[in-house]
Amino acid sequence: MWAAIAGSLITYFLMFVKFFLPRSILEPSSVFKIGFPSDYALGVDTKWQQQYRIWVDKTADRLFVIYARCTHLGCTPDWKASENKFKCPCHGSGYDNEGINFEGPAPRPMDRAHVELDAEGQIVVDTNRLFKWPKGERDEFEDKDRGAYIPL
Amino acid sequence: MAEGEDPKETKQLGEGEKTQTGLVGRLREGGTALSKRAVEEAKTYKDPQQTQLWKSIFRVSHDRSDPRNRSLAILSNVFLHLHPAKINRDATRYNFTWGMGGITFYLFIVLTFTGVLLMFYYHPSKGQAFRDILYLEHDVPFGKLLRNMHRWAAHLMVITTWLHMFRVVLTGSYKKPREFNWSVGVVLLVLTLLLSFTGYLLPDDQLGFWAVTVGTNMARATPMFGHEGPFGPQLGMTPFNDVRFGLLGGSIVDANALLRSYIWHCIGIPLVASIFMAVHFWRIRKDGGISGPAPVMLESEMKAIKKT
Repeated sequence: MWAAIAGSLITYFLMFVKFFLPRSILEPSSVFKIGFPSDYALGVDTKWQQQYRIWVDKTADRLFVIYARCTHLGCTPDWKASENKFKCPCHGSGYDNEGINFEGPAPRPMDRAHVELDAEGQIVVDTNRLFKWPKGERDEFEDKDRGAYIPL
Repeated sequence: MAEGEDPKETKQLGEGEKTQTGLVGRLREGGTALSKRAVEEAKTYKDPQQTQLWKSIFRVSHDRSDPRNRSLAILSNVFLHLHPAKINRDATRYNFTWGMGGITFYLFIVLTFTGVLLMFYYHPSKGQAFRDILYLEHDVPFGKLLRNMHRWAAHLMVITTWLHMFRVVLTGSYKKPREFNWSVGVVLLVLTLLLSFTGYLLPDDQLGFWAVTVGTNMARATPMFGHEGPFGPQLGMTPFNDVRFGLLGGSIVDANALLRSYIWHCIGIPLVASIFMAVHFWRIRKDGGISGPAPVMLESEMKAIKKT
């Protein structure tokens, strides 16, 4: 008897919890195209920050996409072109022009999004598949075959 | 009977007359009784304190000639005496209690009142929330005052809650038999902070948005229920099914998060907090009233002892 009451109460509680976790959500797609690699100059490009929350970073040998989320507590850092660094306005984390942390409370470099070229040659970004480099762990940024960057 | 009438008839007639006069009589009696009562009632209206309506609201009659009765008017007033009428003399000293618990409660009342008024103009949707704040600030009569009252009372309530807790620690009022009430108080502290936090997002401005971004990102690291916390990934937590997702109603701080925060802020948490507050105040009385220092003697009493 008591087990039945307890059982149903627990069931109600679990139903209550599940109620807060909808099955589908209406959020922007994490996969999008951002043009051709030749569209970008060397260095950091902030033109997609407002729309997709990413920065396109082009170096001599590769192109990668930084996900514009501070690894401390998730604010969007600002690109300070004059100081050649990213600076988070919330708690002061600083990252160099490749998103590697060097000051403030950030525990690791900013994550990079999955990139690949489609048949047309356009860059396709997926911000749901992120590459990380936590301190003391394996550097996923070098995983070219898994889509961490596009070699030029 | 002399004229040889049918006795039955007379009897019937007699009965008939009787019933007639009886009915009229009763009606007349009733009428006079009613008018008498009306006169009496009318008399009482000259003194509204004698009406049943008045007596149902104010339990004790206030005979102004009796000083004890006059004091009862103050002591039995819920607004003036939320605390029990009789308490330890030393507990009334403000430098002992600081009145912090009471101030916190009164601030809660202020917040409930101003909050309900703000709800008349505020829509918890992405398109309108911030516009409603500007509207309240610039176009609604006294809107700015109302919003600032709500804001400052909220800040103050957090501060007074901490000060109340600090006082209880200093006076050792968390000790037996008040351990349970201390725990209830800790729950109320958490609820107060949650009320403050959920209210932060509602203006839908940059400050609130990033505060909630930071706050809910901490929930990522929740053990077992957060997708970046200990044992979280092992238990199958992702950004789309963990505790942060449940709080925001999505993986980003968006329309669902605003609505959820609004409902928790205006209905969910105040309701739960009210229940805990009721228990908290009730326990104060059951645990022996406001805790006071060891009984202190008045100077007059000391003199009386010295004399003997």
